[in-house]
Amino acid sequence: MKRLILKTVLTLSMVLMASVSTAREAMPMAQDPQLEARVEVLSQELRCMVCQNESLASSRAELADDLRNEVRELIRSGKSDQEVKDFLVARYGDFVLYRPEVKPLTWVLWFGPFVLLGVAAIFLGVYLRQRRALASPVALSDDERERVKQLLKG
Amino acid sequence: MKKVLIPLVLFMGLVVFLAVGLKRDPREIPSPLIGKPAPHFTLFTLDNGDGKFSPVDMQGQVWLLNVWATWCVACREEHPVLVAFSEKHRLPIVGLSYKEIQPQDPAYKAPFDDKLKIARERSQVWLKRHGNPYITTVMDLDGRVGINYGVYGVPETYVIDKGGVIRYKYVGAVTPALLAEKILPLISELNKS
Repeated sequence: MKRLILKTVLTLSMVLMASVSTAREAMPMAQDPQLEARVEVLSQELRCMVCQNESLASSRAELADDLRNEVRELIRSGKSDQEVKDFLVARYGDFVLYRPEVKPLTWVLWFGPFVLLGVAAIFLGVYLRQRRALASPVALSDDERERVKQLLKG
Repeated sequence: MKKVLIPLVLFMGLVVFLAVGLKRDPREIPSPLIGKPAPHFTLFTLDNGDGKFSPVDMQGQVWLLNVWATWCVACREEHPVLVAFSEKHRLPIVGLSYKEIQPQDPAYKAPFDDKLKIARERSQVWLKRHGNPYITTVMDLDGRVGINYGVYGVPETYVIDKGGVIRYKYVGAVTPALLAEKILPLISELNKS
């Protein structure tokens, strides 16, 4: 009886696993691994417009699938990586790029943090200098010098 | 006393900054297509047969391109607004049926002709039930025209001028307020020129 239950459970789980593994259609990977590698690298740099905080590579949204296919087609037709990106930017805007291009409009985005860091460093320097000025060294009297000697001797 | 206020002022500045950020709609992404010619396409129309439509057919008219699908829930919400609009104003609205047959649909794998037939039937039934504000609807079965228009969420609406240039794009369900405050003034301005 026990063996029968075990058998049933095993069979059932195998059936279930099989159905899970066929739930999603496999991508035609094997056809051209080199092309797929480029699609993969490129789609990591492109944003899925639907989910916004995922790249095309990691997104399961339908539009992401479509756009990955589009990228694949463009590469197959001999387009360079930059041309593929330009194609998508022309349709979806700069937002589609995960790494925004460096141009006057995005300078604040790219260099803002470093400028802030620099400003903070300047403030810190000025502040520390002021503090040092406040705690100006006072010359020791002879008595004090004597005590220091005693203390250091231990 | 004044020195004490500095952090407070800085903090208030930060609060205002974040508050504005919260209010903004992250889905509202400026389309690079504004001011550019509407991408060309030639697609089968909703009517049976070999009838095709191309944006060039609308040359000389201001028109709306509305992206929709029968599976799209927000379109159902938007549809009565469009129907009412089309009855009141003589502005041509062209529908773009976007990927009517979805990948999870059994008909997805069917040959193109069968897919077209099924998509047409479904859309016609849907328009019969909910009203038809469109002068024509074109069938973008694989969504590639959608990609050329930068479609990333259905419904989407484009205002295209007499010269075939995209003047405005809205992502999401069009509301009467949006029509009255934004789209209608733009259309009357475009019609003057």
